Amino acid sequence: MDALRVSTIQPSHRLLDLELRTLWEFRELLGFLIWRDIKVRYRQTVVGILWFALQPILATIIFTLVFGRFARLPSQGIPYAVFAYAAVVPWHFFAQAVTRGVNSMIAERHLISKVFFPRLLLPVGVVVAGLVDFSVGFLVLGAMLAWYDIPLTASILLTPLFLLLAVATALAVVSWLAPLNVRYRDVSYTMPFLLQIWMFATPVAYSVELVPVRWRWLYGLNPMAGVVEGFRWAWLGTAPPTPSLLAASATGVVILLVIGVIIFHRMERTFADAI
Amino acid sequence: MLPLDLAIRVSGLSKQYTIGVRARRHDTVREQMTAAVKSFFRDGFRRAPSQTHLALDDVSFDVRRGQVVGIIGGNGAGKSTLLKILSRVTAPSTGHAQIRGRVGALLEVGSGFHPELTGRENVFLNGAMLGMTRAEVRRKFDEILDFSEIHQFIDTPVKRYSSGMYVRLAFAVAAHLEPDILIVDEALAVGDFAFQRKCLGQLQNQAGSGRTVLFVSHNIGAIRMLCQRCLLLRSGRLVLDGPVDDVIERYIQDVASRRRSSGTTLQPDVGDGFVLHPRDPVADLTLFCGDAMKFDFDVEAPRPLGDRTVGIGIKVTTPSGEPLVSMDSVVQRAGGIRGDAARWNVRCDLGRLPLNVGTYFVWVFVNVYVNNTVKQYAQFSNAFAVHVLEHDVFGWGTSLPRPRYWGPLYWAPQWRFTPQDRVDGVAADAAMKETLACRDYSAS
Repeated sequence: MDALRVSTIQPSHRLLDLELRTLWEFRELLGFLIWRDIKVRYRQTVVGILWFALQPILATIIFTLVFGRFARLPSQGIPYAVFAYAAVVPWHFFAQAVTRGVNSMIAERHLISKVFFPRLLLPVGVVVAGLVDFSVGFLVLGAMLAWYDIPLTASILLTPLFLLLAVATALAVVSWLAPLNVRYRDVSYTMPFLLQIWMFATPVAYSVELVPVRWRWLYGLNPMAGVVEGFRWAWLGTAPPTPSLLAASATGVVILLVIGVIIFHRMERTFADAI
Repeated sequence: MLPLDLAIRVSGLSKQYTIGVRARRHDTVREQMTAAVKSFFRDGFRRAPSQTHLALDDVSFDVRRGQVVGIIGGNGAGKSTLLKILSRVTAPSTGHAQIRGRVGALLEVGSGFHPELTGRENVFLNGAMLGMTRAEVRRKFDEILDFSEIHQFIDTPVKRYSSGMYVRLAFAVAAHLEPDILIVDEALAVGDFAFQRKCLGQLQNQAGSGRTVLFVSHNIGAIRMLCQRCLLLRSGRLVLDGPVDDVIERYIQDVASRRRSSGTTLQPDVGDGFVLHPRDPVADLTLFCGDAMKFDFDVEAPRPLGDRTVGIGIKVTTPSGEPLVSMDSVVQRAGGIRGDAARWNVRCDLGRLPLNVGTYFVWVFVNVYVNNTVKQYAQFSNAFAVHVLEHDVFGWGTSLPRPRYWGPLYWAPQWRFTPQDRVDGVAADAAMKETLACRDYSAS
């Protein structure tokens, strides 16, 4: 019985000590948070999880009308609706993950002020739970591909890679903004606006071919551009994203994510006082 | 290193809050900027003195393994802050604490319940939140269910639960945690009375089974029942640490000495001229349930009162302001003030007025009676407040239920229980037989 672990509670911990052991101890809670999120999100709605399929479909219809029909934007030889939808789905996942992740602290403030657990589980749970909705979106994409008779290629196997990049990007943004949101609610008011700008800086509704070549490298800074291009390439067989740019933005995301998690972990200890 | 026989060692723990932030909190950057600009024009580059509040101030103590320690103190004494730090909900500002083993903290019953999930789902979720593994919860599920007594509703979303059911289930989960160290904050102040006793019993079992327990409560009865040792906190400092009875004794003195230090003069809100001078230390009484209550004040008359006896009336109202009981010295034929003395001392010993927990208000009246009709000279509304604290009046093991359930008064009537007919119709009691043996003479 003397094997009980002694833990120390002190004002601050070493900067790089992420207390991974505690995270591991609470792994079951992460599972429960994800499960709860999925279970609760569409309770008392009529169409339930179809909401996720519906939102990107509606966005795609609007894009198709405005950009496909009226503006007649080129779509690399793919029907514009499919072209847009293949990008809207990952984008929508990302935007939802960021919005809900940033607000997850506030949404669970009663928990934060009364129960101890690694706070990082909240945004991680929300982001992972979003993947379920995301897969529903992809079922619809599969149906669209069959309808338009677009053949699948082997590159589809690389989907998880781009998905991972999307998840990492979302978590990186959340780990920076969520602690800030605990102190300043301005962050959550700014989110929709920020995401909208980001969406137009990402080739969701248009093809990257429209961007002048000398500005393309800028897109490399935007990891979501890589994600969106990657998805289109994997599913529709369009031009692949430039590997070097993709690698650069992925590296950037990982660096941002690591710093973000360190910041988050440093600030989470006093979330209960500020929330 | 933490000696092997210790479960907790707290060394110089402090927690500082910046109250400037709390007093005028700026939730948006814009407000913050406006405030910054304003304070710049006011103070220039002088640094505004930072207003801080020490919620916990250099607290140190050790807890041996298996010890059950109560923590008491008034509001704002730092009890909850201490528990929040030990359960890692928030971090200390300075100092540190070492803890051996797994901590299960119950700072609030039912935090972590999700209204949309069913009772069963919430048990698992809440278990995970409190640090139980899924296997542990599954193993204990039946026990939890039995304890909560809500069998037929376990698969109903908890948003449809009554608040009583909610609390039962929440406490049932927490009561079946088996951490090495259990931290409980005021969790018993909820639910109906029978259930409170059950929870207390469960805590006692846990305490009995060698678990280290830290227990915060305003319920002195519960503290006395559960703990051998008690800590008394006052304004964030640890003032006394020792055997439970000594510490409770000091707490009672502490509360009593906080009575307002008198000297104030009260003007009537109806009527003219009369002035009330509460005498030390009676204004704003604080007492424990079951304690005797006395009022001692001077009444200053604006003019000679003459031959007519002037009565002093006292009305006690409930916390919500409804009259509970009134008394009047003249009506009671117990005398009053008269003649030309300018100042009278009035003492009124109410004895043990059976007030339940809560804050009561006392009105003072100066009345004359003409032909049994009252004429009011003066009325001092809410002249005193009486704070009645929880105490185990009947020696029952815990204090009385809240007035919400039990009413503002308690009473100890004479009871007599006499068995009557048994189920099979045969009289059981001697007294009963005697009655039956009565002969009816009217027939003869």
